[in-house]
Amino acid sequence: MDNGTVISVKDVSKNFKLPHERTDSLKSVFAHPFKSRSRSETQHALRNISFDVKEGEFFGIVGRNGSGKSTLLKIIAGIYEPTKGSVSINGRLVPFIELGVGFNPDLTGRENVYLNGALMGFSRKEINDKYNSIVDFSEIERFMDQKLKNYSSGMQVRLAFSVATILAQSDILLIDEVLAVGDADFQAKCFAYFKQLKRDKKTVILVTHDMNAVKEYCDRAILIDESKIIAEGPASKIAAAYSKLFFEKEVGQKTRQLRRGSNTVTIQDVKVTPSKLNEKVDVFQFEMTIKAHEEVTNPVVGFMVKNQAAQSIYGTNTNIEEVRLGTLKAGEIKQVTWTLPNIFGKGIYYIDPSIIEEGTTAVYDWWEEAASFVVHNEKNTPYIVNPRFKVEVTAKASKNVSKK
Amino acid sequence: MKSIVNFIQKTQSKYRYSIILLKQLVITDFKLRYKGSALGYLWSLLKPLALFAVLYVIFVHFLRFGADVPHFAVSLLIGVILWNYFVEVTTNGLASIVGRGDLMRKLSFPRYVIVVAGSFSALINLAINLVVVGMFVLFNGVELTWNALLIIPLIFELFIFALSIAFLLSALYVRFRDINYIWELMVQVGFYATPIVYPITLVIAASPLAAQLMLLSPIAQIIQDARWAIISVDTPTLESVYGNPLMYLVPLGFVAVIAIFSTLYFKKRSPGFAEEI
Repeated sequence: MDNGTVISVKDVSKNFKLPHERTDSLKSVFAHPFKSRSRSETQHALRNISFDVKEGEFFGIVGRNGSGKSTLLKIIAGIYEPTKGSVSINGRLVPFIELGVGFNPDLTGRENVYLNGALMGFSRKEINDKYNSIVDFSEIERFMDQKLKNYSSGMQVRLAFSVATILAQSDILLIDEVLAVGDADFQAKCFAYFKQLKRDKKTVILVTHDMNAVKEYCDRAILIDESKIIAEGPASKIAAAYSKLFFEKEVGQKTRQLRRGSNTVTIQDVKVTPSKLNEKVDVFQFEMTIKAHEEVTNPVVGFMVKNQAAQSIYGTNTNIEEVRLGTLKAGEIKQVTWTLPNIFGKGIYYIDPSIIEEGTTAVYDWWEEAASFVVHNEKNTPYIVNPRFKVEVTAKASKNVSKK
Repeated sequence: MKSIVNFIQKTQSKYRYSIILLKQLVITDFKLRYKGSALGYLWSLLKPLALFAVLYVIFVHFLRFGADVPHFAVSLLIGVILWNYFVEVTTNGLASIVGRGDLMRKLSFPRYVIVVAGSFSALINLAINLVVVGMFVLFNGVELTWNALLIIPLIFELFIFALSIAFLLSALYVRFRDINYIWELMVQVGFYATPIVYPITLVIAASPLAAQLMLLSPIAQIIQDARWAIISVDTPTLESVYGNPLMYLVPLGFVAVIAIFSTLYFKKRSPGFAEEI
């Protein structure tokens, strides 16, 4: 390895064999001794991944779910063997793939500190030296001699995080995005820790799909998609590439088709314009083309918008809006265009259009997630909706203030 | 030269981790073993003693086994305790890798440590049990000689044998989940195929050939030798049954072969444990 390189990943590929029929019992071996048991599908989780991480670098590995980044993380951590290629590490690597690995509910907090530390490769002596700092940092001193099963989950995470962060001070850190779980208080602590790592010039590999974290902490990053590195460079460039990836792949597609209904009237087509929104867009259009297959009167056409967590955000229908479609003859096609206010926070949203019989709940056609759109705001609040607010601060006569 | 230094450092750090982990796992296991039970570690003594009492009543009082064997009670206890150790190491070892699947998937550490830690925990148990044997030896008025020191190499042999089988079973169990049933069955058969509850003299009287075959098993050889070392030099051993000390090469060779094979098999399979479990 050349100077300053602490982690070198060379041409790593990983294939998983996904057996169609698992050989879980000896019976199948005895029953069919000559049958080839290699009937399996090869999944290429990673292909020819190469990169170097230099000392003192905050390095990001980003990619969508299923892109292969978690497999790469496990290979760097030594949990999986690469099918091809090699990973060389110069120094002690401490993986934070999950906090509190090996924590045992029947041991006390103190005993768990030693167990967890040993699993990360720290001797009793090393832990003794840092034990007080761990306890201080976790802020649960009173509970250290109680069994872990009596801890709240928040306390457990605190303890685990303290062990990990205090012990691993002189090492290369491999951090999975799991650290971002927990309450707001804890998240703040995590981010403060990241900042400190960056200030102290620690070598860190952060695996995440949170672009804000990448932009804020990482010096350099790689973007993995469909098992390959598709971009490498400064964090801002990678964050932009990642966003672009989302627009290309997710937008406008008619996603997972979940439809039900009698098909008396059907939704022929749906369209969202524009399908990429940001805070400069106040309203956007959702168009539905519907076709009657029998004569119907006043079908109720509606829609609902939901976010990635499947929370319904808003929706309405022609009945609520007091619009009548009148009688549709068999074969007649109508277009219904909705104008929607853009109040959304950053994320992917889905639209469920529906057509229902007037006065009943009989469904003609209900199409879940027929369309989707992406919102990419610069400013964001962590709430479900993100409407534009106005705030004014004006001077007030000082006597009103001082009077009381 | 630099690469040699590098290699030595690497090996050192490699084993450093294993030793730290091994120590901690043994301590944890010891602490957890009887956590929450009122009698705690007394169970380590009560379990073999209870089995011993039952066997003693049935075989010595009712079936009149071992009337011609000096200190048959001690002899029975030695057999039971050594056999129990073997069973504990192998059955716990079998499930140890699969049982720690969560760790395997989240951390990279030398996998063998888990199996070795289990066998050390059992060894602590065995040590406690040997104290009980010591008390029986005193009560029964057994005259100890320097031969008793032979128990140390015998336990070493048993340790290696049991650990090797644990390695093999634990790695096989990751792939073939039938192994535990097969092993349970073999343990049961083994208990009666080994001179534990009945004296080997009974077998010799019935069929000397059967006794000769029986003693080729390392576990039978160890138990008989332990009895010979502690109780009396009149105890039939592999050597006396064959009249040839070279016959020891069979059980010892078997232990060596199984140890090498198991270690290699475990080493070959262990990188894939995280994916397979």
